Amino acid sequence: MSAVLTVAGYGLREALRRKVFAVVCLLTVAFLGLYWVGNRYTFHHVGQIVPPAGVDAPTFAGAFLFGMAMFGTLFLGVVLAIFLTLGVVRGDAERGLLQPLVVRPVGRSTVLVARFLGAGAVCVPYVLAIYFATMVLTGLEGSWWPDRIVTPGLELAGAVLVVAALSLLGSVFLSSIANGIAIFMLFGAGLVAGLLGNIGHALNSGGLVHAAKIAAWAVPFEALYQDALRSITENTSGLTGFLLRLGPFGGAEQGGVALRLWAVAYLAIVGAIALAGFARRDL
Amino acid sequence: MPAALAVSGLAKTYGAVEALKGVDLDVREGELVGLLGPNGAGKSTLVKIACGLVRPTAGQAMVCGERAGSIAARRALGYLAEFFRFPGWTSAEELLRLHQRLTASAGGEAERRELLDLVGLADARDRRVEEMSKGMQQRLGIAQALVGAPRLLLLDEPTSALDPVGRRTVRALLEELRRRGVSVLLNSHLLSEVELVCDRVAILLAGAVVAAGTPSELARPRGVEIETDDGKQLHRDAHREDVPKLVAGLVNEGRPVYSVQVLTSTLEEAYVEAVGGETE
Repeated sequence: MSAVLTVAGYGLREALRRKVFAVVCLLTVAFLGLYWVGNRYTFHHVGQIVPPAGVDAPTFAGAFLFGMAMFGTLFLGVVLAIFLTLGVVRGDAERGLLQPLVVRPVGRSTVLVARFLGAGAVCVPYVLAIYFATMVLTGLEGSWWPDRIVTPGLELAGAVLVVAALSLLGSVFLSSIANGIAIFMLFGAGLVAGLLGNIGHALNSGGLVHAAKIAAWAVPFEALYQDALRSITENTSGLTGFLLRLGPFGGAEQGGVALRLWAVAYLAIVGAIALAGFARRDL
Repeated sequence: MPAALAVSGLAKTYGAVEALKGVDLDVREGELVGLLGPNGAGKSTLVKIACGLVRPTAGQAMVCGERAGSIAARRALGYLAEFFRFPGWTSAEELLRLHQRLTASAGGEAERRELLDLVGLADARDRRVEEMSKGMQQRLGIAQALVGAPRLLLLDEPTSALDPVGRRTVRALLEELRRRGVSVLLNSHLLSEVELVCDRVAILLAGAVVAAGTPSELARPRGVEIETDDGKQLHRDAHREDVPKLVAGLVNEGRPVYSVQVLTSTLEEAYVEAVGGETE
């Protein structure tokens, strides 16, 4: 346990000294500032528009804006997770950074687990902080609050953890650049699957919904994101709810407990493959 | 007591390339062994197998009686890679502290200070790695390898970036380690350095040991050269023991003898002969 904390702390200190946190904080403040401006103007004007019959404009605006913020939160969390993990094994080994650590009596599995926990210790609080900050901004500006407060945030954090695990797995087999490209493309593919699911639901196309669901569960960060989006308007019904779920920032697909269990199992499977690959890798 | 490093029948293939072809090698307790060979001979592969970075295809390597790569084996060794890098943001002091934690060393600040003194970096303890010259980083690498007082030290080209003074510092360090009973496997291209400090030498070529022994055993006799009024004459088959008889014979013939030299090949000549002039 002590070795895990030592290696995780080493990774965190590196991020701190490399000014990763400073840059991330600065850009996050800019993101939150922009989001606040968007909320201020939106809710200022929303009272002046006449929506179609059956649409509650403030609810639609609040859920849409917050859904967009959740996408931004997921994206920023994913970027952070990928950059903290994309070169942990092969990248660091090619640069000669890994060997001095791995020859120490700590075990390769310890190094990998510690780097995952280190990335998680940065990404999870970061995602939760932005999630709640954007929620408060929307709540204060528009008096709109999501139907579920905590669960969607935890699902977003879980989605980022899944991406971090996939990036760590990729780092065992791919060079840093190849791994970064692969994980970003996987992330993009997941998002497309989610959007196709939305379209499938709007068109009532069972085939499209089924294909999107399989794709989203194959990379469960997307399924968790969809479930989180769905949760924030869980009790919103009628035309407002329909339109929200049709749009890019509304979740049409519900995952529930089964999805959360699958995400945990998925993390375990990805972790086991990464550990097995790392144990066999010549450095 | 088991050997610090016992390698037997060690083989390693990378795809179609045979990096090691059944190597046998021992480094006994307190012994300093030099590993020589041209680029691609398999030296680094052997060292990497010994410290668990590379898995052998066949054969075995034991470190202080434990299977190479096991936690117990890694606890007994220190390693400096040929191509290594430490994080630029860390200071010498922080780096050694990190490795003390990883080795569970109880040496504390006293150990860190002693190691930095030993490699001539006492004044650079708070300097960041990215502010150090390559030579300073290499000496820091040696200090890092010595954290936790390992019984076996594996050094892969530890002086490649050092200037002559830095090399002398490392040579003195190796002699100090020998005095302390630490076993060392030194992988180096600098034959003069190996000749000066190593108890034994093994020469690898294309993954196999082609010569092994003490530096004096490898440096074979090349005859006796005697200078008389007739110039220098080389007696190729003569040995040191033949010198009195040869000189007596010349004196009896009334020839003046100005100098006598017993010729032996240097380690460099023995090396070139062993590897057949190969450099790659």
